[in-house]
Amino acid sequence: MAKEWFLLRKYILQRLVISVVTLWLIVTVCFFLLRLLPGNPFASTTLMTQETLDRMMAYYGLDQPLWKQYLTYMGNLLKGDFGYSLKYAGRSVNYVIASTFPVSAQLGLQALAFGIPTGLLLGILAAKLRGRAADAGINVFVIICTAVPTFIIAALLQYFLALKLELFPVAQWKSFAYTILPTICLSLGTVSGYARSMRTLMLEVDRQDFLKTAKAKGLGPARIVVFHQIRNAIIPMITNLGTEIAGMLMGSYVIEKIFSIPGMGAYFVDSINGLDYTMVMGLVIFQAVIVIGANFVVDLLYGVIDPRIRVR
Amino acid sequence: MEKEKQLAAVTVDPALCRPVDRSRLDTDQIVRPSVSYWAGVWRRLKQDKLAIFCASLLAVLILLAIFAPLFSPYRYDQTDLLSGNLPPSMEHWFGTDSAGRDMWTRVWVGARVSLAVGFIGAILPFVIGMFVGSVAGWFGGWIDMLIMRVIDIGLCIPSMIYVILILVYFGGGPQAIIIALAVMNWMGPARGYRGRILQFKNREFTLAAETLGATPMRIIYRHILPNILGNIVVSLTSFVPAAIFMEASLAFIGLGIAPPMTSLGQLASDGAGMYRTHFYQFIIPSLVISLIIFAFFMLGNCLRDALDPQLRDEMSTSALRKRRRAEQLAKSRKGAAK
Repeated sequence: MAKEWFLLRKYILQRLVISVVTLWLIVTVCFFLLRLLPGNPFASTTLMTQETLDRMMAYYGLDQPLWKQYLTYMGNLLKGDFGYSLKYAGRSVNYVIASTFPVSAQLGLQALAFGIPTGLLLGILAAKLRGRAADAGINVFVIICTAVPTFIIAALLQYFLALKLELFPVAQWKSFAYTILPTICLSLGTVSGYARSMRTLMLEVDRQDFLKTAKAKGLGPARIVVFHQIRNAIIPMITNLGTEIAGMLMGSYVIEKIFSIPGMGAYFVDSINGLDYTMVMGLVIFQAVIVIGANFVVDLLYGVIDPRIRVR
Repeated sequence: MEKEKQLAAVTVDPALCRPVDRSRLDTDQIVRPSVSYWAGVWRRLKQDKLAIFCASLLAVLILLAIFAPLFSPYRYDQTDLLSGNLPPSMEHWFGTDSAGRDMWTRVWVGARVSLAVGFIGAILPFVIGMFVGSVAGWFGGWIDMLIMRVIDIGLCIPSMIYVILILVYFGGGPQAIIIALAVMNWMGPARGYRGRILQFKNREFTLAAETLGATPMRIIYRHILPNILGNIVVSLTSFVPAAIFMEASLAFIGLGIAPPMTSLGQLASDGAGMYRTHFYQFIIPSLVISLIIFAFFMLGNCLRDALDPQLRDEMSTSALRKRRRAEQLAKSRKGAAK
């Protein structure tokens, strides 16, 4: 027991060091990549004299040599200060993250909470009813979700469900009713992906010896499916869960644009287009921390679900 | 009872039961022509109705993309402000857009761009990834370590940053989108291909080739590549629709091809902005792009079945349905016999 605990602690420390180094590399690469983009953050504001522009650049420290800017930025970052937006005077990056992240996160979590169980259920159903009409129907649904780009599905659903039938509000973000349609659109990819891989994995597990053992032991079919087949089929799907959760939390620009939702995705693309250096950096770092953190948690979870990995 | 009677009725001519004269028999002779792997794949693919359907659908779409703009009386960038936003009619089969450009011409010019982006934008990152992956897998050591760390970090950096960077540098043409797709997508194949190389690196035939003095490149391309070619073809067919899909999404975000040139994704996302008033401008390009992605996707699935017929028996629903029908038929016959 003590040895296991020691190994676990060593493993966690190791992963922590790797994560921090990765994060530092990402920050550095992004910092210099952004400065490669031509133009400057204030260029879109017309009617600005050269003098004003110079003063603006000096005010935000953009006239300093690049390495000095980098050191300053890293110094502030260590204190937890992401700096101020270059576009919206007086709005700090921390404030923007604090106000847009909850919206994107709610949307993403709802989509996952709806998408994963639905996808798994469809996959299990398709595998159990293999070759019948239900299986074919699920297959068609999965193919449609893969073949039609998200924004087209979202626009079509908005047109028919919200505009024509008036079942849901068309756009914006006010109450729960407003979140239903975007949630469904966002989760379609998850649903179809999970349905397809769950079906394949269920069929793969179906051939394993331990299922024969379970049958030979005289377990009922429901018990076999729930405790042996599903549990084993689910394990490979956990690997991608970390990245997936992180991606969903960040929000989707496409969905947020169609339904005019004030989330993080919209802010992100707009601030890259507007060369809002500090804002982009802040969002990238936030995103990277979430991705790395989610992967970290998933790695630990792996041990809980699959005892074979824990031993090593 | 009846069977036994029948059996008893059968008389066997002893003359038929003499042993064959072995001296005149050449057992080493191969009577039937041997079927190579790819010939077998082609034969199985030809028998698959779905594959034929998707291939013909794709052929029709490609032919339309090539020839429709050539035979159209309008040019794709020819504006006519007096006849803007016309619904589909005999003169303009798909109607016109807000600048009075003929949608029929624009859709097929856009299909050209989308198809080109799909093909080249899938093959280019794949080739890059294969090369990098095989270097990492074959040489191992610090090169492998370096490449894998670069990929780990690259996957964490939001692709939007370098996509915008590339589009700004190369302008908004199709080639910029292809380069952006290449930079975005080479990492996945590199990872996968590295694993494949590692899998075959220590096999006897590789060792034998190495002992005979073959160079690493020769071993990888002459000895390892044929072993995984099927796998590569299958993932390549899934890369083409993915590239078309990605181009459409980029167009929707506003990172598309600069007008007056266009692509299907660009047309669909332009149409998505005005579907309330001019629904046809949105639904027609959307349908065409969905059909192209669908045909590629299904063709890829059929190809996978044809490449690995064993997998097909396990997974494919159509094969299963056939088996189920045969079982039912057998059951009903049994019932009727009783």
